[in-house]
Amino acid sequence: MTPAVPGSGNATQNWGAREVTVAFGATTALDAVSLAAVPGQVAAVVGGDGAGKTTLLRTLVGRIRPQSGRVEAPATADCGFMPTGASGVWQDLTVAENLAFVAAAYHLAGPAYDQRRAHLLRTAGLDHAEDRLAGALSGGMRQKLAFCLAILHEPKLLVLDEPSTGVDPVSRVDLWRLISRAAADGTAVVMATTYLDEAERASTCLVLDQGHALAMGAPADILARTPGTVTTGDRPAGRPELSWRRGHATRSWHPGPPGPGEQAVAPDMEDAVIAFTFADRTPETTA
Amino acid sequence: MWAMILKEFLELRRDRRTMAMIIALPLVLLVVFGYAANFRVSDVPTYVYGPQAEQTAAALKAPYDVTKVDPSGDADDAREALRSRDAGAVVVTQPGAGPATVMIDGSNLFSAQAAASAALASGGALKPNVLFNPQLKTSWVMVPALIGMIMAFIGTIITAIGLVRERQAGTLEQLAVMPFKASDVIVGKIAPYFVLAAVDMILVTVLGCLLFGVPFTGSVAVLALGSALFLFTVLGIGVLISSFSQNQGQAMQMALLTLMPQILLSGMIFPLEAMAAGVRWIGYLFPLTYFNLISNGVMLRDAPIDSLVMPLAVLAGMAVVVFTAAVLRFRRDLAPAAPKGTGKTPAGTARVPASAGEAR
Repeated sequence: MTPAVPGSGNATQNWGAREVTVAFGATTALDAVSLAAVPGQVAAVVGGDGAGKTTLLRTLVGRIRPQSGRVEAPATADCGFMPTGASGVWQDLTVAENLAFVAAAYHLAGPAYDQRRAHLLRTAGLDHAEDRLAGALSGGMRQKLAFCLAILHEPKLLVLDEPSTGVDPVSRVDLWRLISRAAADGTAVVMATTYLDEAERASTCLVLDQGHALAMGAPADILARTPGTVTTGDRPAGRPELSWRRGHATRSWHPGPPGPGEQAVAPDMEDAVIAFTFADRTPETTA
Repeated sequence: MWAMILKEFLELRRDRRTMAMIIALPLVLLVVFGYAANFRVSDVPTYVYGPQAEQTAAALKAPYDVTKVDPSGDADDAREALRSRDAGAVVVTQPGAGPATVMIDGSNLFSAQAAASAALASGGALKPNVLFNPQLKTSWVMVPALIGMIMAFIGTIITAIGLVRERQAGTLEQLAVMPFKASDVIVGKIAPYFVLAAVDMILVTVLGCLLFGVPFTGSVAVLALGSALFLFTVLGIGVLISSFSQNQGQAMQMALLTLMPQILLSGMIFPLEAMAAGVRWIGYLFPLTYFNLISNGVMLRDAPIDSLVMPLAVLAGMAVVVFTAAVLRFRRDLAPAAPKGTGKTPAGTARVPASAGEAR
């Protein structure tokens, strides 16, 4: 269950965090966490509340100075950051004014900028909302505007903090289209997400819990390394605290093989993350 | 209902600032303003000039507080002493018998009223002559002070709220990761409020003169200089307040806490010279006190620049101290959060650029 070291064996990896530790008073928010941000790829950071996702992203963009470890990032002008909840949007400015402000900050102008602006607005479905106040947009539209602001200057490293949280399914599709396009254009994308189906679409996935890394690697590798066994049934098998509902069925996690009569299932990312968390929090079960 | 009351007390207990206001503020207000709220001036600094100066000075009673006697002084000297506010009243005596003239500084309203009343009650021995505000109009004294009060409101409240709004909305965090220097953000945030407050100041001054007939006898440049220094100070206070506030409510609360005592203790409403000494010194800590001296002196008395050097210098000092503190606090907000308990980058930490990047 030891996470892979980011960047090892990958000569193209430029950016990321290596063995980064961040503490706030007595609380260790990140404990020697590593994450590779590879150009052209999306790295997903997953974990529950308080896992350290936002702390890791803020450390990557230079907003938190770690106690130890190494952060490698491009210059500020080459980083894009979308904070959680579309809080990077100026709500008393219109969509057009938000874009104009960010463009001025990055010294963007001319036909190339006009073209990029029009392309982003069209792709995000905001081209008919240019004159609307950002504060008057729906949550999904505001998230997409926040994304456009973060990507407007074509950053080399794009850091997104839960870009799709609270967004309707259609807007999530739009957002993912934008994220995929950014990665396809060569941007290294790091995003925190609570949607594990999104994590499965990433090139790399980092599973965090209470500040430390439980697993890191390609989603398929993480699924393959899922500890113990996940079973399905109509009631909890074994200890109830190691079971959870999935639709009408109940999944259970066992540190070892399934018991008699229990039906093992191939874990998806949600099962895998829960299994890694259970295995980490109940070490006696894996002893 | 009990659950609601209990919840409210729990919330209040954790809002220490409000709790401090609820408990401490009434006591402070009672004590401070109890001693400050006094319109009656009992001592008017008085010069006595002219051939009969010695005899007349010996005969003067309260509120005249004779601080200088000069038999060689004349009416022109008296006017200059009043313009410089070296004295609140100057008694100019004539050779031989006949009433002496008391020239009174009408720009210092309550002091002037006390001096004029005493002259009228002298049985003809003193003939009052009120300068700079002959009809002792309250509006003439209030308008110059209101200019400062309005600038303080705009400068402090609007700046504090504007900056806190940026922090509350999370956009301050966004600005911090954009390629702005800290100075760009600070100047960019403050400049509009400076301009707006300056426009307000001009509007109030012009309207005050037009509507209330307040004279503008002095130098526009001196008032502009005083206003700029005062604005820097109050804007700095606004920035400082924003750095201590988590939301706009807190910012408003703190801004009002700095403004209310300024208005009441700066001499704008209650004359400083009538306050108890223990309270009066508080007034001397506020920038509005010094701006009032400048605006009143420039507009009503055409005060000579050397008499305004002190308030201008104090305001300049305040502007430097407050603005520096405000900029340092604001820069701290824009800087990366450091691990608690360490003031510098800990050993073993590195944030390095990639080949095409730069260290941040």
